Amino acid sequence: MLQVPMEYYLILSAFMFTVGVAGVLIRRNAIVVFMSIELMLNSANLTFITFSSYLGNSIGQIFVFFVMTVAAAEAAVGLAIIIAIFRNKLSVNIDEINIFKW
Amino acid sequence: MINLIYLTVLLPLIGFLFNGLFGSKIKNEKIIGIIGSSTVGISFLIVVGAFIQTLSLPVEQRSNTVEIFTWLNVAGLNIKFAYLVDQLSLTMGLIVTGVGFLIHIYSIGYMHGDKGYWRFFSYLNLFIFAMMNLILGDNFLVLFLGWEGVGLCSYLLIGFWYDRNFEKGTTSQAAKKAFVVNRIGDFGFLLGMFLIYFTFDSLNFKEVFAKATTFPVTETTFSLIALFLFIGATGKSAQIPLFVWLPDAMAGPTPVSALIHAATMVTAGVYMVSRASILFASAPSIMIVVAVIGLLTALMAASIGLVQNDIKKVLAYSTVSQLGYMFLAAGVGAFSASIFHVMTHAFFKALLFLGAGSVIHGMHEEQNIQNYGGLKKYMPKTYITFFIATLAITGVPGLSGFFSKDEILWNAYANGSFVFWLIGVLTAMMTAFYMFRLLSLTFYGNERFDHHHVHPHESPAVMTVPLMILAFLSVVGGFVGMPKVFVGEHGNLFENWLEPIYKPAQLKLAHFGMHSHFEEILLMAISVVLALSAIYFALKVYTQKPEIAESVSSKFKGLYNLLLNKYFVDEIYEASVVQPIQKGSEKLLWKFADVKIIDGAVNGVALLIDKLAEQIKKIQTGFVQYYALVMIAGIAVVLFFLLFSL
Amino acid sequence: MPANNYEYFLLLPHIVLSVGIVLSILIEIFTRKGKEVLPWFSSLLFLFVGFYSIINIDKNFFIFGGMVEVGGRASIFNFIFNIAALLTVLASTDYIKKYGINYSEYYILIQSSVLGMMVMAMAHDILVIFMGLELMSICFYILAGLNRKRSSNNEASLKYFLLGSFATGFIVYGIALVYGTTGSTSIQNIFENFMQYFNNILFIVGMLLLLIGFSFKIAAVPFHMWVPDVYQGSATSVTGLMSTAGKAAAFSVLLILLGTSLSYSSPIVFRNYFSVIAVLSTLVGSIIAIAQTNLKRMLAYSSIAHAGYMAIGLAAGNNYSFAGITFYLAAYVFMNIGAFTIISLIEGKDETRLTLNSYAGLNKKSPFLAAMMSLFMFALAGIPPMAGFFGKYYVFFGAIKSDLTWLAIVGVLSSLISVYFYLRVVVYVYFMNENEQFEIEKSVGSNLAISLTGLLVLLFGIFPDSLMNLIVNFIK
Repeated sequence: MLQVPMEYYLILSAFMFTVGVAGVLIRRNAIVVFMSIELMLNSANLTFITFSSYLGNSIGQIFVFFVMTVAAAEAAVGLAIIIAIFRNKLSVNIDEINIFKW
Repeated sequence: MINLIYLTVLLPLIGFLFNGLFGSKIKNEKIIGIIGSSTVGISFLIVVGAFIQTLSLPVEQRSNTVEIFTWLNVAGLNIKFAYLVDQLSLTMGLIVTGVGFLIHIYSIGYMHGDKGYWRFFSYLNLFIFAMMNLILGDNFLVLFLGWEGVGLCSYLLIGFWYDRNFEKGTTSQAAKKAFVVNRIGDFGFLLGMFLIYFTFDSLNFKEVFAKATTFPVTETTFSLIALFLFIGATGKSAQIPLFVWLPDAMAGPTPVSALIHAATMVTAGVYMVSRASILFASAPSIMIVVAVIGLLTALMAASIGLVQNDIKKVLAYSTVSQLGYMFLAAGVGAFSASIFHVMTHAFFKALLFLGAGSVIHGMHEEQNIQNYGGLKKYMPKTYITFFIATLAITGVPGLSGFFSKDEILWNAYANGSFVFWLIGVLTAMMTAFYMFRLLSLTFYGNERFDHHHVHPHESPAVMTVPLMILAFLSVVGGFVGMPKVFVGEHGNLFENWLEPIYKPAQLKLAHFGMHSHFEEILLMAISVVLALSAIYFALKVYTQKPEIAESVSSKFKGLYNLLLNKYFVDEIYEASVVQPIQKGSEKLLWKFADVKIIDGAVNGVALLIDKLAEQIKKIQTGFVQYYALVMIAGIAVVLFFLLFSL
Repeated sequence: MPANNYEYFLLLPHIVLSVGIVLSILIEIFTRKGKEVLPWFSSLLFLFVGFYSIINIDKNFFIFGGMVEVGGRASIFNFIFNIAALLTVLASTDYIKKYGINYSEYYILIQSSVLGMMVMAMAHDILVIFMGLELMSICFYILAGLNRKRSSNNEASLKYFLLGSFATGFIVYGIALVYGTTGSTSIQNIFENFMQYFNNILFIVGMLLLLIGFSFKIAAVPFHMWVPDVYQGSATSVTGLMSTAGKAAAFSVLLILLGTSLSYSSPIVFRNYFSVIAVLSTLVGSIIAIAQTNLKRMLAYSSIAHAGYMAIGLAAGNNYSFAGITFYLAAYVFMNIGAFTIISLIEGKDETRLTLNSYAGLNKKSPFLAAMMSLFMFALAGIPPMAGFFGKYYVFFGAIKSDLTWLAIVGVLSSLISVYFYLRVVVYVYFMNENEQFEIEKSVGSNLAISLTGLLVLLFGIFPDSLMNLIVNFIK
C-alpha cells in the first residue's frame, strides 16, 4: 500500500487551521465564527492523529478524544450563549455586539 | 519570661486596637480605662518577670535576643524583627511600663468625663507599644520604628484637645511644632543610620558594636555617625538647639506631659546615646559636644524656669534642664549615671507632673501659679507627695534625686573638668530655687484665687494613690545607686548591673587621674549646702517677703524679661529660620519652583499621559473580530521574530 | 495507573471537591433548598480543601506516573484558589440576589472552576493542563453570562467565549506540534531533552503557541483585548474570581513550564518574548486605566498591568522571581477580591453606581468601606507596608538578579503612572462631596470578606519575609 508522506497531512491540517482563523476574522455570523473555531480544533486533531500514527505512539489519539470532548462541551455552552443573545437582540451578528468599548 | 517579652509589645497594641476600634461604641468609661491600664499593667509584670529571670542568670548570659520574625531579607540587608533583652532594655522597660501603668491608672480619674476618653487611652497604649519597640529593638531599624511611633503619639496627644486654644495659638499648632522639630532630629538620626549601614554593613546592635571595636574605621567616620545620632537625640530629648517644642508640648493633657514629655519619650535620646555608647566613645570630640550641649541646656532651661508662672511650663523647663544633666553624664562617659538619672527623674518628674495635674484638676483648669497659694490645707495628699518630689529633684540628701545628680556632678568633675562641675552646681541651685518658688506659690502663703468661683478640692483616690506610689519610689529609688565613696567599690548596685553594657565603651575612654574620697565628699557637701541655701532663700522670698521678688525683677528688668521670654529663642528661630524658610518657600520654592517648574512638569506629564490614554483607549473598539485580529497580529509578529532569529 | 492506594490520599483535596460538586448537583436537583444550603456547603468545602492542602504542603510527590504533582507549590496554589473562592462566595451571597443570578448553578460552577484551577496547578503533563484549563474556562464562560436576560452579560459571555476558544484553538495546535516533535506530552520529558528539540522549528512554534495561549489567559498585551469588556460586563463577584484565581491558575501553568525548564537548566529562550509582553502590558494597562471612569473597567486595565509586572518575573526566570510571582499572586488575589467586593456593595440594581462619581464622599456614608477601599487602592498601587509593595519588590528584585535592570525600571515607572488612577479613587472617597444619595446595603458576608482580605493584605505587608521563605522553600 502506498504510504502518504506525513507532510501532506501536516500541510492539510495547517491549511484547515488557517481557514479556521480566517473564518473567525471574516465571518459576521456568530454561529459561523464558532464553526470556524471548531475547524481550528479539528485541524489540531488531524495533526495529533498524524503524529500519533507516524510516531507509533497512542498519546496523540488519547489527546484527540479529550479535545473532542472539550469541543463538545464548548459547543453546548457556546450555542447556549448564542441563543441567549438571539433572544435579546433577535440577531446573532457579532458586529452589533459592542456595548463595551474603550 | 524573657521569651514572653514580645507580649509587652503586643498587649498595648491589642489595647490600642480594641479601644481605637470599639472605644467610641463603649459608653462605659471604666471598661475602657481598665482595658487601657491592664494591658500596660500585665506588660509591667512580664518585664518584672524577665528582670528577675535575667538577674538569676550569670552576668555573661544576661543579654538575650528574642527573635519574632524576619522582617526583610534581601541581598545583604537582613533585618530581623527581634527584641534584645538585656540589662539596659530591662531597666528602661521597667521604667516605661511601671511609670506608664501608674499614669494610666491616674488618667482614669483625670480624664473622667472627657469626650475623647477612649481616644486618649488608645493613644496612650499606642505610645507604650511604640516606646517598648524603641527600647527592646535589637537593631537600629526597629528602634527607629519605635522612635517614629513615639513621635507620632506625642503629636497626637499634644493635639489631643484639638479644639482648645493654647497660649497664642491652638493646640494643633503646638502639636505641629513638636512634630516638625522632631522631624529635623529624625533626619539626623536617619543619616546616622545610613552611615552606620554603609560603614558596618549591618544595622544589628550586636554586630555593629562588635565591628566598631574591631573594624579599621577612622575617627572622622565615628565622629560623623555620633554627631548624626546626637542630632537625632537633641530632637527627641529636647536639647539645644531643638528644645523649643517641649514647653509647647504642655498643651496636651497633664498625664501625657508626665508620661511622654517627662518620664519616658524624651529620655529616648539618652537611651539611644547610651545604647550606642561604643560609637560615641570612639568619637571623643563628639563626646565633648554632647557634654557641653547638655550642660548649656541644663543651665539655660533652669534659668528660664526661674521666672515662669505657668505650673506646667516650670516643670517643662525643669525637664529640659534635667535632660541636659543626663547628656552631660553621657558626654563625660558616665553612661550608667545618665540612665540612673533617667530612672530617678522618671519617678520624681512624673510625680511632679501628676501632682500639678491634681492641682490643676482641683483648681478648675487654672495653671498660673500666681493665682494659687495656700493650697496645702485643701489638698494635703497632693501637697505631701509634691513636697517629696520637690525635695527629690532639688537633691536633698537621702532622696533619689540626690544620688543620681551627685553621681553626675562627680563624674563631670572627675572625667570632665571643674568648669563642668561648677555650672552643674549652679544649675542645681537654680533648680532648687525655682522648685521651691513653685512649691511656695502653690501651697503656702495667701490664697490668691477667687473664692467665689474656685473651690479647691483633693483629687479622688484613683489619682492620689499613684502619687503616693511614685512618692515612695522617689524616696527610695536612689538607694540602688549609692555613691561608691559610701558603699565601696562594688556597692553601687545600679552601676554593677549595667556595667557589662558599657564595658567596650569604658575600655576605650581614657579616664583622668585618681581623685581622693575627700575631694568627692567635699564637692558633695558644697553642692548640698548651696542647694539648701537656695531652698532657704526661695522659701524666704516667696512665703514671707514677696516684695523682694518684685524689687529684684524690677531692678533687673532686662534680664527678667529675657528669662520670661525664654531668651527669645522662639522669636529668634521665627525670625532667622522659620520666616526666611517660609518666605523663601512661598516666593521661590512654592510660587516659582513648585508651581511653575515641578507642578508644570508633573501636570504636563500627567496631562500628556491623560491625553495619550484618551487616544490609546480607542484601540479597544468593542468588536470581537477586531480583538481576534490583534491577537493574530501579535502571534504573527512573534513568529516573524522567531523565524528571523533562527 | 495509581501505584498504590496512598496516591489517592494525596489526591484527597481534588477528590473531596469533585464529590462535593456531585453532591451539590444532587442537592440542587432533589431539594428545594439549594440556594440556602449551597453557599454554606461551598464555603465549608473550600475551607476544608484549602486548609487540607496547605497543611499537607510538605507531602510533595509526583504521582500517577509523574503526571501530577501534589504538595509543595501545588498546595500553595490550591490554598490561593480555595481561599479566593471562599471569599467570593462569602461576599456574593447578597450580591447575586441584587444582580438577579441567585441560582444554585452559581455555586456549582464556582466549585467546578476551582477544581479546574487545582488540576492546572498540579499538572505536569500538557494533557492534564489542557483539561484543567478547559474545565475552568468553560465554567467562566457560563459564569460571565449567568444572567441571560442582561445584554451586558450576554456580550461579556460571547466575547469571552469566542476569544477564549479561539485561544484554545492555538493552544491545542501548539500542543499538537510539541507532541509531534517530542512524541510525548510530559513536561519533564520535554525539558529534559530541550536542547535536542531546540533546533526543530515546529517544536519552537508549538511551544510559542502554547505560551501565547496562556498569555491570553493571564491577559497580557497584545492578547488582552477581551479583558476590559468581559470584566466590565460580568457580574462583579464573578469578575473578582476571574481576575484573581483565574489569572493565578494561568500563571501556575507558566510557572510549571518555566520552572521545569529552569530545573533542567535549559537556555532561557523565551526571555525576550516575556520581556516584550511585560513592557507592553504594564504600560498599556497603566496608561489606559487613567482614562477610565468605570471602576470595574479601570480594575480590568489594572489587572492587565499587574499581569505585566508578574511577566517581568517570568522574563527574569530565576527561582527567586518565580517565588516572587507566587507571593505577588497571593497578594493580588486578596487585594483585588477586596476591591471588587466593595464595588459589589456600592453597585446598585441594574449595574448603576459603578463610576467614580458614586464614590465621591464615600467616607461620609461608610467610614469602614472608605478606609478599606483606600487600603486596597494603596496596596494595588504598591505602597508599603501593604502586600502589593512586596509583591512588586520581589519580582523587580528577581529581574535585577537576572541582569534585567531596565525591565525593573520600566516596571517602576509604570507603577508610578498607575498610582495616579489608584489614588484618584482615594481622592474621590475622601475629598469629594457626595453627589449621589443612596443607601449602601448591609451584608455581613461582604463585610467579613472585606475585613479578612484587608487583614491579609496588611499581614502580607508586615510579615513578607516569613511568607516568602515558605514559598521559596516549596518552589523548586
